[in-house]
Amino acid sequence: MNTNRTGRHTVLWALTCFALLLPLTSVAALSQSGGELRFCLRSEPKTFDPLLVDDDSSLSIRYLTGGVLVRVNRHTQELEPELAESWKLAKDGKQIIFKLRHGVVFSDGSPFSSEDIAFTMQRLMDPALHSSTGDAFRSGNGAVTTKIIAPDQIAVIFPAAITGLDRLFDQVAIMSAHSPKKEAAVLGPFMVAEYKAGSSVLLQRNPNYWKKDSQGRRLPYLDSIRLDIQSNRDVEMLRFKRGEIDLINVIDSDYFDRLAATSPQLAHDAGASLDYDFMWFNQVARAPIPEYKRAWFRDANFRRAISQAINRDDLSRVVFNGHAQPAVGPVSPANKFWFNSKLKAEPYRPDAALQRLQGDGFHLQNGVLFDKSGNAVEFSIVTNAGSKPRERMAVMVQEDLGKLGIKVNVVTLDFPSLIERISQKFNYEAAMLGFRNVDLDPNEQMNIWLSSAENHAWNPQQKSPETAWEAEIDRLMRAQASTAEPTKRKESFDRVQEIVAEQTPMIYLVNQNALSAISSAIEGADPGILSPQTFWNAERLMLSPSTRASR
Amino acid sequence: MNAARKLSCLVLLAVCAAALAANWLAPAGYAKQFRDVPNAPASRQHLLGTDDIGRDRFARVLYGTRISLLLAPAAALVSTALAALVGGLAGYMGGIWLQMARGFTDLFLSLPWLFLLITVRALMPLNVSPLVSVLITFLVLGLLGWAASARVLSTSADAVRNSDFVLQARASGLHGPRLFLIHVLPNLKPVLYAQFWISIPVFILTEANLGILGLGVAEPLPSWGSLLRELEGLISFREQPWRLVPLLLLVVVMTSFQLLLSNEEVTA
Repeated sequence: MNTNRTGRHTVLWALTCFALLLPLTSVAALSQSGGELRFCLRSEPKTFDPLLVDDDSSLSIRYLTGGVLVRVNRHTQELEPELAESWKLAKDGKQIIFKLRHGVVFSDGSPFSSEDIAFTMQRLMDPALHSSTGDAFRSGNGAVTTKIIAPDQIAVIFPAAITGLDRLFDQVAIMSAHSPKKEAAVLGPFMVAEYKAGSSVLLQRNPNYWKKDSQGRRLPYLDSIRLDIQSNRDVEMLRFKRGEIDLINVIDSDYFDRLAATSPQLAHDAGASLDYDFMWFNQVARAPIPEYKRAWFRDANFRRAISQAINRDDLSRVVFNGHAQPAVGPVSPANKFWFNSKLKAEPYRPDAALQRLQGDGFHLQNGVLFDKSGNAVEFSIVTNAGSKPRERMAVMVQEDLGKLGIKVNVVTLDFPSLIERISQKFNYEAAMLGFRNVDLDPNEQMNIWLSSAENHAWNPQQKSPETAWEAEIDRLMRAQASTAEPTKRKESFDRVQEIVAEQTPMIYLVNQNALSAISSAIEGADPGILSPQTFWNAERLMLSPSTRASR
Repeated sequence: MNAARKLSCLVLLAVCAAALAANWLAPAGYAKQFRDVPNAPASRQHLLGTDDIGRDRFARVLYGTRISLLLAPAAALVSTALAALVGGLAGYMGGIWLQMARGFTDLFLSLPWLFLLITVRALMPLNVSPLVSVLITFLVLGLLGWAASARVLSTSADAVRNSDFVLQARASGLHGPRLFLIHVLPNLKPVLYAQFWISIPVFILTEANLGILGLGVAEPLPSWGSLLRELEGLISFREQPWRLVPLLLLVVVMTSFQLLLSNEEVTA
């Protein structure tokens, strides 16, 4: 009896406290709303047309202003409903039906309906527009069509199956079919209010944004975001330290450590990102390189030995001050679903590397490695000039391989010359570059893995696969692309990762960590590994009262 | 010889001696990576600390001095010789030759040499040793860096040509190359020296900038240019003052070279 009464009292107390605290939390949120968030874009945005976005700065603006049907949660990596309340993928992967949210209007007040989706898709797929966002939806010959089922329901139909179709809509900002403001009418949390070329872009709160917080308050909390165009990273860091800007989305490890030394609470390391640095050997049959070198480069044993002779732990520790992880393969462990967890990064084993090479007839003589025909093992690694981390990595690889008696010449080239050499003239021996992975889905990498692809770095545009393992990768990549079943796709892509580990056509070096700087004036920040790392939840970011008062 | 010039001579001799004794003073060498201590502060083991990947900065400064002090003056010599040939002769000949030479140097100065340098790098074979790459770099600098000096020299030679003593020499029957070699060229010497000394730091800094284009000294060979690139992004010198040593060395050596110039050469 007593126990029951005590229990009832506890419940009553809890309810009373909750009732008292509820308005207080709303007041707290209210007191922190408003203000102007400031950060830098590293280059001029090339376009404000969301369907033509192709550069980082425009991408940031599109993310902040564009409304999308579905959004990949940058924290959980799961797909979440946005303008579409729900969606249904057809089994054959050729059709997706969206059920739209009610009561949504564009920033200029024009209503949102399935007509806007039809208009956006029609414009996106117009070949004359040359939209790189649209390229991801081109699955086969024939037009992409839309069918308006109801004002709040629409089907988008594709000529051939597209795997991971729903996730692709994360990149499609919906445009208004009827608004006279065209791309200036947006559905995202902010809208472009002012653009000063070469100086800044001012985004203001979209007063008609549909989303509300748990207390029913309309988002976003911020009044505006000012994006200063600033390419110099030193200046960007100085401005951050002075409190003139509130965040740096991506910073180098050097800057990160300097910041962490003085203000550790502002430096955020979200762990391994999806990006990787890698090197590869030129295996192109018509490349103007000596035949004996081509034979080394085409030998999986040679490639594997080189991979074993590289100390990835040192690369991570020395070049990135520990803010990088030895890379395992084409998929970062940060990609929770697609990473093949059976694989491990190649450990540093110079003795095993030498044994492997000796097994192929290579031999050491006075500290110099010779092949079985008596040719001294020497090759050059080309990389892009101006990238300090990559230049440092190349010099460290040079020393690692020097211990095996291999002479490596490091050549830094300006980017256009480098691209010309590796993709047109094939006049190089080995190359070192970085890959920026913006999507989690392996379909993003189709243009790397198919032997016929232009970006099949080590031997592109093959008429038919030149090796059995490349044929197998072709088959597996096509198999995973032709089914919508995630487990079957994962099975195929896991095998691709295993073949790549065995054959080592690319030598994966490190996955850099996602490093960022966030001012203590910002509340609600939750930096992640997916782009945009720091402001993916911009609609829920708040500024401290003192910062708001000072602006 | 005044005290300043004596001091300059001593400084330059000391720097040259240290560079020549690099093998003995820094036995670890310029390429050895002490990976356990990257970016280490100055210590007994590493007098100037280590660089980003743990290479001994003192060794790199000594070996870099050897390369830059040998090759930057060599490039300056090539460019000054070319400038003397084009500018000096044009000024001496005067008239249409002078106008043509000035037009040519103006055109040369206005060309986008950055693109030429990029093309040169793109044409170079990839498997060249770092030493060959550094020789090519400074040779290219020497061959391309003559135009500004030629302009100055053509003006000076023009003034010498119209001077009274040359007029008197002509009246005495001296003409052609003999007049140029005996009367004009010796009077251009102060300008030539000045242009030579001015070119050295310019070439050292240009080599540093070329590193960004990939045309600089190839790794792991050090040069003053590559050492100066280390200063990029350095916000505070107070924490790591030893990183300033390459810059200080450059300033000291260049000042010493300037102090070696006579008053006549300075005013030229």
